[in-house]
Amino acid sequence: MTTFTVINFTLLTILTVTALVIARLRALYEAAMLTALSSLVTASLFVLMDAVDVAFTEAAVGVGISTVLLLGVLALTRSREAVTPRHRHLPAIAVTALTGGLLVYAAQDLPAFGSADSPVQRHPVTEVYLHQSQKEIGVPNTVTAVLASYRALDTLGELVVVFAAGTAVLLLLGPLTHGKRRQNLDLMEYKVLRVVSSLLMPFVLVFALYVLFHGDFGPGGGFQAGVIFATGFVLHGLVFGLDKSQRVLPPAALGSLVPLGLGLFVGLGVVTMLLGGSFLDYGTLLPTGGPAAQHLGILTVEVAIGITVAAVMTSIFFAFAGRRPTR
Amino acid sequence: MILLEILSAVLLAAGTLFIVSGAVGLLRFPDFYTRIHATGITDSAGAGLILLGLLLRTTTWEAGVRLLIILLFLVVTGPTATHLLAHAARRDGVPVWRKGHPRR
Amino acid sequence: MSGTHYVYWLLFALMMIGLYVVISHGNLLKKMIGLTLFQVSVFLFFISLGKVEDGSAPIISPEVETYSHPLPQVLILTAIVVGVATLAVGLALAVRIFEAYGTVEEQDMQERDEDRHGAAS
Repeated sequence: MTTFTVINFTLLTILTVTALVIARLRALYEAAMLTALSSLVTASLFVLMDAVDVAFTEAAVGVGISTVLLLGVLALTRSREAVTPRHRHLPAIAVTALTGGLLVYAAQDLPAFGSADSPVQRHPVTEVYLHQSQKEIGVPNTVTAVLASYRALDTLGELVVVFAAGTAVLLLLGPLTHGKRRQNLDLMEYKVLRVVSSLLMPFVLVFALYVLFHGDFGPGGGFQAGVIFATGFVLHGLVFGLDKSQRVLPPAALGSLVPLGLGLFVGLGVVTMLLGGSFLDYGTLLPTGGPAAQHLGILTVEVAIGITVAAVMTSIFFAFAGRRPTR
Repeated sequence: MILLEILSAVLLAAGTLFIVSGAVGLLRFPDFYTRIHATGITDSAGAGLILLGLLLRTTTWEAGVRLLIILLFLVVTGPTATHLLAHAARRDGVPVWRKGHPRR
Repeated sequence: MSGTHYVYWLLFALMMIGLYVVISHGNLLKKMIGLTLFQVSVFLFFISLGKVEDGSAPIISPEVETYSHPLPQVLILTAIVVGVATLAVGLALAVRIFEAYGTVEEQDMQERDEDRHGAAS
């Protein structure tokens, strides 16, 4: 029993128990808050399993954005769940017991947790990503190197999904418009909160920029920075009201930022093709090639990701917050 | 050097003590206002002391600056959150516990 | 099979709790929360496969020898952001359904649909 095992086991147990409580709760506000708690525990587990970049994202997304979205939707709809009829429990229990049993049976073939000679670790690509990348790309944070260079096309696909999801939300909830609307949360009377959040706002944005441009050397990158930017605007919108924060960030500008990032990403790919390389082959960007060109490409891609993610997340929040309750 | 380590260990232990007492208070106190009092201690005293203890163990100045920034952030946000919770509860008319009332 | 499989078992338990909520509960928002739990356990499962004992985060530095695998982290990093975007789509659908039916419970929706069909025929 090492310290690692004790901490790991404790956190996983807390996570499972939280999930059990969430499943039993019928008050959905409480369930949403406990979901935020489970996200925090998950982020701690990610740190424990050496995935600092992922932990970063999970903390900002799970606790910041998805909780705000859930609470906003609960304010628009009903926050109490009806009693689940008894006859629905039995099939669900049967299915989960069967699936769980199959998974546990199949897990016997999984390599031991943390073993250094599992198929994942022995695969030739490990060597490339961890050591060869230092010569080819020269970025200490290998997660950034893989995300923005080796698997850039994959990342482009993910960004398209984010873009499509943002568009779908805007289509479903109508365009972002100016105008008089009921204040969703009247936080204007909380003076302390207003002073503290206007004090923290610039630091949140500077931190997002730091995360964006420091992603080569430490944990960080476009996805994290975009989400942190968005949490900054969500905070602003919650505290100062939607009208004020849409004056800072007009919906038209936001709407044009969403495709701008994606366009920048695809445009970079086209430029590398015009320069005689293949799609997203950063080596062609500079005549000297090598790590310098890779750096340029990675930085452009990270900025593009940051713009699209931040714009999509912020406009999703605006779309939900601008909706009037229909009751 | 050994003195610094002892001092840091004392700070870390004190911080842990405050966090545990905050958790116990959260479970044991009778009403909402006394409970957020307990969590406030976890935020400011517990986390603050642990950060100070870690500050004495840093080897590079970059890590020290980061810890200081985290400390500053906690000092600003922790009390704000507690204040907000109390303010919101007061506005919603959450009753205050008096001696002899049942726990809620 | 070894002593470290508790990680997978606990993650499967979490996954099954999420699946159970999705199947058994009729409330659309509760289903979304259940889906989030399921998602989180898949993320953790992926990351746990890339972890190496006594390894450290895959940020190359001269003092460190063993690193955990960066590839699962890259996949999950993007999946988290995609996950919240798709969660938003689901929630937007739930809001529209609430506006049309006045409820987010599956049962009430079916009853209202049947009433409407009954009135039409």
